[in-house]
Amino acid sequence: MTIISGKKREKIDRLAELAAREEERGVSLWQDAFRRLRRNPAAIVGAVILAIFVLVAVVGPFFVPYGPTDTMGIREGVVKVGQGLIPGHSAEHWLGYDHQGRDVFSRMIVGARQTLLVGVVATLIGLAVGAFIGGVAGAAAGLGGRWGRWVDTVLMRFIDMLLAMPSLLLAVSIAALLGPSLTTVMIAVGMVSVPVFARLLRGSMIAQSNSDYVLAATSLGVRKSKIALAHVLPNSLAPVIVQATLTLATAIIEAAALSFLGLGNPDSATPEWGVMLADAQQWLGIRPALAIYPAVAIIITALGFTLLGEAMREALDPKLRK
Amino acid sequence: MALLDVEDLSVSFARRGQRTVRAVDGVSFSVDAGEVVGLVGESGCGKSVTSLAIMGLLPKQPGLQVSGKAVFDGTDLLQLDDRSRRDIRGRDIAMIFQDPLSSLNPVVPIGIQVTEVLTRHRGMRGEAAAKEAAQLLDRVGIPDPKRRLKEYPHQLSGGMRQRALIAMAVACQPRLLIADEPTTALDVTIQAQILELLKELVRDSDTALVMITHDLGVVAGMCDTINVLYGGRVVETARRRPLFRQPRHPYTVGLLGSVPRLDAGRGERLNPIPGSVRDLLPWPDGCAFAPRCTRRVDACVGEPPELVLAHDARSYRCVNPAPVPGLTPGEEVREVVPGQATPGSVPAQAVPDDPPAVPGLAAAPSEEETP
Amino acid sequence: MFRFIVRRLLQLIPTLFGLSILLFIWLRRLPGGPETAILGERGTPEMRAAIRRNLGLDEPILIQYGRFVRRMIRLDLGTSISTKREVTTEFLQRFPGTVELTITAMVIAIGIGIPLGYLAARRRGRFLDHASVGGSLIGICIPVFFLAYILKAVFSENLGWFPSSGRQDPTISATRITNFFVLDGLMTREWDAAADALMHLVLPGLALASIPLAIIVRITRASVLEVLNEDFVRTAEAKGLTENVVRRRHVLRNAMLPVATSIGLLTGGLLSGAVLTETVFAFSGIGAFLADAINQRDYPVLMGFIMIIAVVYVLVNLIVDLSYSLIDPRVRVR
Repeated sequence: MTIISGKKREKIDRLAELAAREEERGVSLWQDAFRRLRRNPAAIVGAVILAIFVLVAVVGPFFVPYGPTDTMGIREGVVKVGQGLIPGHSAEHWLGYDHQGRDVFSRMIVGARQTLLVGVVATLIGLAVGAFIGGVAGAAAGLGGRWGRWVDTVLMRFIDMLLAMPSLLLAVSIAALLGPSLTTVMIAVGMVSVPVFARLLRGSMIAQSNSDYVLAATSLGVRKSKIALAHVLPNSLAPVIVQATLTLATAIIEAAALSFLGLGNPDSATPEWGVMLADAQQWLGIRPALAIYPAVAIIITALGFTLLGEAMREALDPKLRK
Repeated sequence: MALLDVEDLSVSFARRGQRTVRAVDGVSFSVDAGEVVGLVGESGCGKSVTSLAIMGLLPKQPGLQVSGKAVFDGTDLLQLDDRSRRDIRGRDIAMIFQDPLSSLNPVVPIGIQVTEVLTRHRGMRGEAAAKEAAQLLDRVGIPDPKRRLKEYPHQLSGGMRQRALIAMAVACQPRLLIADEPTTALDVTIQAQILELLKELVRDSDTALVMITHDLGVVAGMCDTINVLYGGRVVETARRRPLFRQPRHPYTVGLLGSVPRLDAGRGERLNPIPGSVRDLLPWPDGCAFAPRCTRRVDACVGEPPELVLAHDARSYRCVNPAPVPGLTPGEEVREVVPGQATPGSVPAQAVPDDPPAVPGLAAAPSEEETP
Repeated sequence: MFRFIVRRLLQLIPTLFGLSILLFIWLRRLPGGPETAILGERGTPEMRAAIRRNLGLDEPILIQYGRFVRRMIRLDLGTSISTKREVTTEFLQRFPGTVELTITAMVIAIGIGIPLGYLAARRRGRFLDHASVGGSLIGICIPVFFLAYILKAVFSENLGWFPSSGRQDPTISATRITNFFVLDGLMTREWDAAADALMHLVLPGLALASIPLAIIVRITRASVLEVLNEDFVRTAEAKGLTENVVRRRHVLRNAMLPVATSIGLLTGGLLSGAVLTETVFAFSGIGAFLADAINQRDYPVLMGFIMIIAVVYVLVNLIVDLSYSLIDPRVRVR
């Protein structure tokens, strides 16, 4: 067994104390934030919207009245696009038919699932790649010394390059590389959000690296990789989580934009709100409601994510916590 | 007639879903022309809110209620409209704040921050304003004033910043200056300089000064009359010497006991007041100080204590004040003012500045007290 | 200051270099090539190979890249494969439209956003505050192209207040100098041409402004709320200054710092939004041209345009940083 000198033991005690306080702070930080979140009406509205959206997306498709690809309107001769005939809402078809004679209500419900999928997967891609780059850069810059700063500089230059490219152009060229599909949209939208996550996590980690408890751990000789993973990273995550919530909103909107430019899922068998909105642009003259349903659905969903994200940001903001 | 007469001033904040907080509860005091008056108390006792209410500077928010009177030179400041208030502020009544760095606009040069007062109240512009501003900086002891005018707050030292703020405050030779903890944010050596400067300015121009502080050293060195505040009420008002020699309210006694003294015996310990003001929100019924008081009796709880005017022209609010040796309790009381919340000012001449020294209580304040 | 600018410009060089390498590799990996775009599906392998040889695409990628860099140093971005015109010429012809649109959007966003944000903060908790916060939330959440369609349908097709497409009425004969149509009209004193170009900018400008407007309102509001609590605002009030001076000199000047930063960051997003808006309003800027260039695999156009846009983006942010140091003396540029 190694003998620990008195001085070192003192340091260990101090570190233990700091770590304990840090942990305590960490727990109370989240609890505190959650408590304030519950009191914020904007957060409640956002959460309710999202709860409904997720519920519809998950179980809705099992209960739709018609198949989302069933072109019954044309089969039954009710929909005649050539004559400008696309019937609106009725008792059987709550939201009417679309230009291919399909039931819009069923398509909206099934589309919710696809839309949620696009948003979540795109955000996860952005989060994973961005957090990886930002995390490595942040750890290197905060703890890595000379070499670390070099790694940080190179990574951040790369992020600058991504930022210097108009996001849509980035998405379009990714889409061109992969061909139009739902996967393309997810990857393209995800990649666009990479720089934001990377910068956010890096900034947050560098700020954490300068705090007392990191100093205490370093002076004790705890391995730097361990400090980064066990202490700095967890304490830097709050802004990233907030950003992820907000990104879910922009991802859904951006996915719609890509669909509008013709890069979305060409296979309209699996309806998605963005594609539905893009398709409907051609029939604005005959039946504008075809565009309005998916557009309003997108806006409300994005609103839900934004409300919740903003409320989370507010709840976690140490400046407002008094 | 006094220059400023504050009568029964109350300030309360009502917040949705929370109990109304009465930050200031029937405060009365007065300030004569050229007089230095202290408002003393721990943080949270309502002294800053009192001054902000007089100035009309409390942040506008729903639930804020201000009542009472603050008569300055015959006009009740609390009844004025926004425009007339702005005319008086900075010209007749000026204020100095606690933290000079945050009290100065970081993105505007010092010069403009001084000249804007001159432009507003004295109609001075351009060259003339700049010249006057330089003179003002010079007067408050800022060296090389012409260069400083072009500099920004972050380029000045803490003491210089407070001097600059004082220059802005005295720019229009106001008749009343309110200084809210003007030295708290400064180094000890600088504190003395700033206090000296304030004294000088007040003496030279016959300006009255309201000194808001928690520092009894500052009070001892500067104030003619002292109002001790606790829980949003004035608990004791007295001239300087009587107050230091023979504090009557247990809170004043406690405050004096918390200050370390050079002439104290080696084995003597400080007598800090247990607890803090903040622990007690909202105030308990009766005397707000009762929960922390060592002289508490049953009568302390229930009704707030009435104002007692004592024989030495001081006033206090206490049912069981610290005794004066040689006097039987009750004998020294001249008048009890039930329900009336105005101790008013203590007439300067009426008070013998030197009551018989009483050994044992508070020894005479340190030398700096004697001018 | 001067050294700061020089250093930032020097930093631009490695960024551009890296960007060009990335783009070069990336574009060459796109399936199909310009020959497919030119010939369609019917070209024989020989014809394809001939075109590739003509364009120098048969050489090793390193040599191609070397040639690109040598030309770029001379500021020569090559010739478009599809239009056979110089990339620089194409750019100078199309980019002004996008810039006009972007500037219009920014003017709308700043001109409305800052006053509205300020008023919302001053009237905190009242109707105007709730309305502008709610409105800005919707502004962020509404897809730009959808808003563009609504504006077009309502204000152009139904009410007929504004033209629905293009940059200028083709029946107006206007002199072209800079290709900034409004500027050209003013310079040549062809007032009707300038006015017409301006009218064409209103609707796409509004659609494009929606997101930056929403963000500027929110940031201004939050920032003003924070500044209103600052001690120096209380000092200014204690001096008896008029409300006007307090607002201008003490509140807004300090509240502008975060707004300035956000404006720089918004520029990148604006260029993306411009592509969508241009499509809806058939507004001839770089948007549609770039989209075509991707489909046609017009490598020189893509490389050139993206490189120039990157430079513009960096320059805009440099200007924002400089303006920051003008607003805030504490920020020293080094």
